[in-house]
Amino acid sequence: MPRPELQAPPEIFYNDTEARKYTTSSRIIEIQAKISERALELLNIPNDGVPRLLLDIGCGSGLSGETLSENEHHWIGFDISQSMLDVALEREVEGDLLLADMGQGLGLRPGVIDGAISISAIQWLCYADKSSHEPMARLKAFFGSLYRCLTRGARAVLQLYSENMNQSEMIMKAAMRAGFAGGVVVDFPHSTKARKAYLVLTCGPSSTQTSLPKGKGEDGETCSDDDESDDDDEQTVGIYDRHRPAKRSKITKKGKGKAWVLKKKNQMRNKGYTVPPDTKYTARKRKNHF
Amino acid sequence: MRLLTHNMLSCNIKGVKNGYPLRLEAEKWTEKEVDFNAKFLRGIFPKIDWPALVGSARSFGFNDLLPDEAPDSSLLASDDDLLRRFHHALLEIHVEEGGLVCPETGRRFPINKGIPNLLLHEDEV
Ligand SMILES: C[S@@+](CC[C@H](N)C(=O)[O-])C[C@H]1O[C@@H](n2cnc3c(N)ncnc32)[C@H](O)[C@@H]1O
Repeated sequence: MPRPELQAPPEIFYNDTEARKYTTSSRIIEIQAKISERALELLNIPNDGVPRLLLDIGCGSGLSGETLSENEHHWIGFDISQSMLDVALEREVEGDLLLADMGQGLGLRPGVIDGAISISAIQWLCYADKSSHEPMARLKAFFGSLYRCLTRGARAVLQLYSENMNQSEMIMKAAMRAGFAGGVVVDFPHSTKARKAYLVLTCGPSSTQTSLPKGKGEDGETCSDDDESDDDDEQTVGIYDRHRPAKRSKITKKGKGKAWVLKKKNQMRNKGYTVPPDTKYTARKRKNHF
Repeated sequence: MRLLTHNMLSCNIKGVKNGYPLRLEAEKWTEKEVDFNAKFLRGIFPKIDWPALVGSARSFGFNDLLPDEAPDSSLLASDDDLLRRFHHALLEIHVEEGGLVCPETGRRFPINKGIPNLLLHEDEV
């Protein structure tokens, strides 16, 4: 099955049937809970026992928000799918729910939110589902409004399934332009199934935040894959690695040259991606074969 | 939706300068008990727009729940009764049906089953 993002807009894809299927799968519940716990950990909220006001962006049926409630935090959830929110109501989640499109920006006052998580949702912004949609403009509206509503020094941790490098770069660029500092933390980078990428963003001067936390399993430590092997669930949440389409290649007449390739590879390495080593073969010209 | 959330919401229709506070039209609301947590209340207090909170509580007929003037934060440390009223206003009143009205444009965002519909029309983005 193709990625959900390629099938239909989110408010159509997550209809009543899909919303129920999503929220009754014990595997999905478990996976989303694990990711949310990790995201909360990466938010790095001071351990002072004070509950905070947080956002859950693309909160869906409330699986991710539940982790916030379990940790005593109050939260406001944004989602574009009425069906997902209906399931959240049924499940009596503790956060407040808003039917809203994050690509239109979050309508919140400046400087009032202590942190934000988003689990398996923001990759949807990379797709133009209507003729009026421009992904870059929607990313800008989203990150700009997110930056404004957070208190200085607050973090946003966004776990996402991007389809390719272009998308993650596009998302990162939009976040940086909005003023965020930060980068990508990748957990279990060596595992196709367990690999999870988190954008860890800090609002305000980057001087207060020293370095990006380390991804889990970077040293080859593995996590058990067997509990994430149901194809049906993967289709719904978006664990796509096995079906990932071939990378689209840009066709340029001259090519970009070795220096450019080395620079890009380095950038990617710095962002925490696994990049093949630089060798004498890197970016070398290929003969034309006819 | 609780008044805590209402207090943070601001209209983001393109071009709107004064989108705060959204006027609350409550047709149906309920009260639900929520665990009292003084630490949370003291932490959130500086971020609350007091006049907006008082105004929205009044729209439910809670005329004397909160003082007109924002109390001094030191009072929140000593006055337990005040803290409990603040708790009740912020977390225990849930708007179920009604609407939110942008003060500048008059655009109404409906609230159904406790969920405000904040989706903008294409010409509002
Ligand atoms: C895979 S679900 C994740 C839900 C929840 N965070 C969880 O962990 O279970 C992705 C959610 O993102 C929401 N979504 C997609 N595009 C959105 C948008 N533009 N604005 C708000 N929500 C969106 C979908 O409706 C869906 O509920």
